[in-house]
Amino acid sequence: MSVRGETRLWIAQRASAAVLALCVIVHLVTIVYAVRGGLSGAEILARTRGNAAWLAFYTLFVLAITVHAPIGLRAVLGEWLGWRGRSRDLALLAFAMLLAVMGMRAVFTVFA
Amino acid sequence: MTPLRVRVWRGGAQGAFREYEVPRHESQTVLDVVTHIQRALDPSLAYRYACRVGMCGSCAMTVNGAPRWTCRTHVDKVVKNDRLEVAPLKNLPVIRDLVTDMREFFDKWARAKGQFKGAATRKDDFARISPAGERRKLADASIECIGCGVCYAACDVVAWTAGYLGPAALNRAWTLVNDERDAQQAARLRTVAGDAGCHSCHTHMSCTERCPKQLSPTAGIAGLKRAVAAAALKGEL
Repeated sequence: MSVRGETRLWIAQRASAAVLALCVIVHLVTIVYAVRGGLSGAEILARTRGNAAWLAFYTLFVLAITVHAPIGLRAVLGEWLGWRGRSRDLALLAFAMLLAVMGMRAVFTVFA
Repeated sequence: MTPLRVRVWRGGAQGAFREYEVPRHESQTVLDVVTHIQRALDPSLAYRYACRVGMCGSCAMTVNGAPRWTCRTHVDKVVKNDRLEVAPLKNLPVIRDLVTDMREFFDKWARAKGQFKGAATRKDDFARISPAGERRKLADASIECIGCGVCYAACDVVAWTAGYLGPAALNRAWTLVNDERDAQQAARLRTVAGDAGCHSCHTHMSCTERCPKQLSPTAGIAGLKRAVAAAALKGEL
C-alpha cells in the first residue's frame, strides 16, 4: 500500500476512534439505564422498534466499528504473524464487509 | 566491598554468557566493569566505547535486561545481589561479544531524510531563527540525540517490523521538520509516513523511558503524525 493510503488508514482509524468513544459511552449509559428493574427482550424492542434516532445511532456505531477494527487488526496481523501485503488487506476488506453486514443486520432486526 | 559477579555475552548471535568476578569500587560504572574484564581478565572481549563521558553514544549495551549507556550508568544503580548481566543491544545484529552492527540503525537515519538540506546560497544573508520561536523550541527539545541506539534497542515495534525506521531516526526527522531553513519538508514527510514510519508507533514510550538524554522520541513521533496528517488533508503528501 502507498504511503498516502497508509496515512489515510491512520486518519480513518483516529476519526473512527473519536466516534466510537462517544458511541460506547452512550451505549453503556443506555445499558445501565435500561437494566433498572430487570431487562427483557420486549423492553429493548419497545425502545428500538420504529425509532429512527436509535437506527441512526447504531448505524453510525456499526460503521465506525467497520472502519476501526480491521485497521487495528491490520497492525496485529503484520506485527505478530508477519502477514503483510495485498493478501492481508484483501482479507481485512472481507472482514470489514462481514462486520458491516452482520452489524447492520442486527441494527435492522431491532428496528423493523 | 563484595566483588561483582558479572555475566557477559560472548560470541555472535550464537553464543553464551561467561561469568567473571570483578572487584567492586565506589562510583564504578558499568563501562569500568567491562573495561576491567578486558584489561585484566580476558583481553579477547570485544566492546565499544570512545568518550567515557556520555557524549559519543558508542558504549550502549543491555545491562540487566535493559538498554543503557554504560559510561554513565553506575553499578550501584543497576546491580542486583552483587550480580550484573551485560549483553549486546537488542534489535541489532551482534558482530562479536558486546559489539553490534549499527549500519541498519544509521542507514535508517539516512532513509528518514535525516540530512539537512538548505536552499540558501552563499549570496543569501544568514537565516534568522529566533530562539523563542515555536518551531525552534520543538527542534531544541529533540536535538541533543547522541545516536547511542538505546531507544532503538528498547522499541518493540522495531523488533516486530523490520522496515520500521525506529525512534532515533524519526526523532531526527522531527528535528528537521522544525528547521525553518530545511528545503525538503514534503519529501521528508513522505518518507516518515506509513507502516515504515511514524504510523507504526504504538506509543509504548519505551524509547522515552530509556533515552539517556531524557529526550522524548514518542513526542516527536506524535508531532510527525500530526504533520503528516495535515499534509495529507491538504493534498501535499
